[in-house]
Amino acid sequence: MDLSSINPILLVASLMVSATPILFAAIGELVVEKAGVLNLGVEGMMITGAVVGFAVAVNTDSPLPGFAAAALAAGVLSLSFGILTQYLLSNQVATGLGLTLVGLGLSSLIGKPYEGMKSPTLPDLHIPGISEIPVVGPMLFQHDIMVYVSIALVAGVWGFLKYSRLGLVLRAVGESHDAAHALGYKVVRVRMAAIFFGGACAGLGGAYLSLVRVPQWTEGMTAGAGWIALAIVVFASWRPWRVLIGAYLFGGVTVLQLNLQAAGAKVPVEILSMSPYLITILVLVVISARGAHGAPASLGRSFHASH
Amino acid sequence: MIRLEKRPQPSKIWTVMTPVLAVFLTMIIGGVMFAILGKPPLEAIRTIFWDPLFNAQFASYTRPQLLVKAGPLILIAIGLSIGFRAGIWNIGAEGQYIMGAIFGAAAGLAFYPSDSFLIFPLMIMAGAFGGFVWAMIPAILRTAFRTNEILVSLMLVYVAEAVLASVSQNLLRNPEGMGFPGSRNLSQWDASANREIIANSGMHWGVLTAFVAVIFAYVLMTRHIQGFNIRLTGEAPRAARFAGVMPARIVIFCLGLSGMLAGMAGLFEVAGPAGQISIDFNSGYGFTAIIVAFLGRLHPVGILLAGLLMALTYIGGELAQLMLGVPGASIQLFQGMLLFFLLATDVFINFRLRIGQAEAA
Repeated sequence: MDLSSINPILLVASLMVSATPILFAAIGELVVEKAGVLNLGVEGMMITGAVVGFAVAVNTDSPLPGFAAAALAAGVLSLSFGILTQYLLSNQVATGLGLTLVGLGLSSLIGKPYEGMKSPTLPDLHIPGISEIPVVGPMLFQHDIMVYVSIALVAGVWGFLKYSRLGLVLRAVGESHDAAHALGYKVVRVRMAAIFFGGACAGLGGAYLSLVRVPQWTEGMTAGAGWIALAIVVFASWRPWRVLIGAYLFGGVTVLQLNLQAAGAKVPVEILSMSPYLITILVLVVISARGAHGAPASLGRSFHASH
Repeated sequence: MIRLEKRPQPSKIWTVMTPVLAVFLTMIIGGVMFAILGKPPLEAIRTIFWDPLFNAQFASYTRPQLLVKAGPLILIAIGLSIGFRAGIWNIGAEGQYIMGAIFGAAAGLAFYPSDSFLIFPLMIMAGAFGGFVWAMIPAILRTAFRTNEILVSLMLVYVAEAVLASVSQNLLRNPEGMGFPGSRNLSQWDASANREIIANSGMHWGVLTAFVAVIFAYVLMTRHIQGFNIRLTGEAPRAARFAGVMPARIVIFCLGLSGMLAGMAGLFEVAGPAGQISIDFNSGYGFTAIIVAFLGRLHPVGILLAGLLMALTYIGGELAQLMLGVPGASIQLFQGMLLFFLLATDVFINFRLRIGQAEAA
C-alpha cells in the first residue's frame, strides 16, 4: 500500500464535495424534525431530486435550472407525505417508508432514457484572493457554488431557529403541538412548510449527487445517503452546526475509504465499502448510549385539533 | 366545510374496506400512469391483474409462480407485522434475508457432495440462525443503548449486501465455476434442493413454511399471552410496563422472530427458485414485505391475501413488461402507490368525514 499517494489537500477538498449531498438532506430533515415530524422518506426525495435535476440539466444544458427543478420536484413529492401525515393522520414511519419506495420507483421510471449520459458541469469558483492561499486555498476556496450554498443554508437554518420569531414558533410546534395550537399557531401549516423545505433540501442534495459528485444518473444511486442523513440528524442532537460536523466526518470516511481502495490497502474492498455504514451504526450507538438526545418532544406524533 | 371527526370506536367495516379501496385507486391512477407512458391503460391493468391467473395461453405457467413469489413475501411480512404491532420497526428484513441465505447455503456447501437427508433441515436451521443473528444486532443495540432500530437495521442491509458480494466472489465461490462469481447451484444438488412438494404448483417447502407461519402468528396474536403483551406494548406502552411486560424482552422476541423468518425465506429462495448465492441474488422482497404487512392490516390472514396480491403484481408486471413494453420500474412505483393509497384511506378507520360547521360544544 502506498499511503503517500493520498494527497491531504485533495482529500479535504473532495471530503467537502462528498459530504455536500448528505449535508443538504440532513439540514432539511433537521428543520422537519424540529417541527415534530419524522419524515423517513429522505432517500426517496433525494433520488427523485437526483433524477429530475439530471434530466432538466441535460435538457437545458446547464446545471443551475437542474438544481431548481430538483428542489421543486422533491418538495412537491414531500407534500404528498405532508398531506397523508398532517391531514389524513397516517402513521409517519409507514408513510415515510412508502415515500421512499415511491421515490425509488418513480426515479428509475423517469431516469431510464438518461442512463449513460453526461451532465453539464458546474464550474468551480475561484474566490479571488483567498483561493490563492497555499494549502488552505485549494482545500476550502476552490469549490463549486453549491458547496457554499449548503454551508450558507446551515448558517441560515441556525439563525432562523435561534433568532427569528418564526423559528421559535416552529420549535414550539415541535416540542408541544397542543400548547402551540392553544396559543393560536397553525400547527399543520407550519409542519407542511417544514416538510416542503425538507423535501426541497433533499432534492438539492440528490441533484448534487447526480450533477457534481458522480456526475451521472444510475438507478438507485443514492445508495442509502438519505438514511445516513437521518442518522446524522440524530448524531447532531438536532443542532445545525453539528449537522455540518457530522456530514463532513461522514464525507471524510467515505473519501478516505475510496482513497484507501485506490491506494491498494491490504483491507478487503468489501470491508472498506461497508465502513461508512458500520461507522454510522457505531456513531448512533455512541450517541444513544450517552442519553440526553435533545429530540423534539412531539417528534413523530400526529396532531388532530379534536384531542 | 369538510372536517374529520374522531370515531368513538375504530370502524370494523373500513378496516376491511380500505385495502380494497386502495387497490382500486391504484388501478385507476396506475392506468393514468400507463396512459401517460403511451401504453393502453385497460390492457395493462388486465395484463397485471387478470392474465397471470386466467389467460388461456400462459396462465398454466404463471399460476405456480404466484406461490413462488408469495411465499417469501408472506414469510417475511408475518415476522415484520408482529414487530410493527409492538411499535418495533424492523425495516432491514432485506439484510436478514441475505444473511439467512448466506448462512444456510454455507452450512449446506460445507458438506458438499454428501447426499444425507439431514442437509436440507440443517440448512433451514442455519438460515433461520443467520437471519436471527443479523436481527439481534439492532435488537441488542436498542435494548442496551436505546439506539434507533430503524436506522441500524437499514444500515445493516448495505453491510449485508457487501458481505454477499464478498462471499460470492471468495468464500462460497463455485470451485468449478471457472472463476465466475457465484456459488454452486444448490437447486441442482439433491441433498440441498428446495423442491416443489406438489409438481407444477409452485408449492415448495418455503411456501409451506409461510402457511405454517400464518397459522402460528394467528394463534400467537389472538390466543397467547405473548401476543397480547406484544399488542399491549404497541398500543399502550405505559400500561404494558405496569402489567409487568418487559419491553426489552418484547424487542428481542419481535426482532429475533422476524429475523428468523426473513432468514428462512432467504434460504428457501437460494436453495430453490434462485438456485445459488450470487452478487445480485436479493431482489427486494424484504422491502416489498413491508407493503405486504401493511396491506394485510398486520393481521396474519390479511397478510396471506396481501402477499398473494403483491405476488400477482410482480408476475403481472413481468408479463406487462414482456407483452406491452411497460418499464419494469413502473411496477415498483405501482407497489409504492398501493401503500400510499392504503395509508391515505386508512383515515376512515378512525375518523369520519363531516360536512358543515362544527357544533358548539
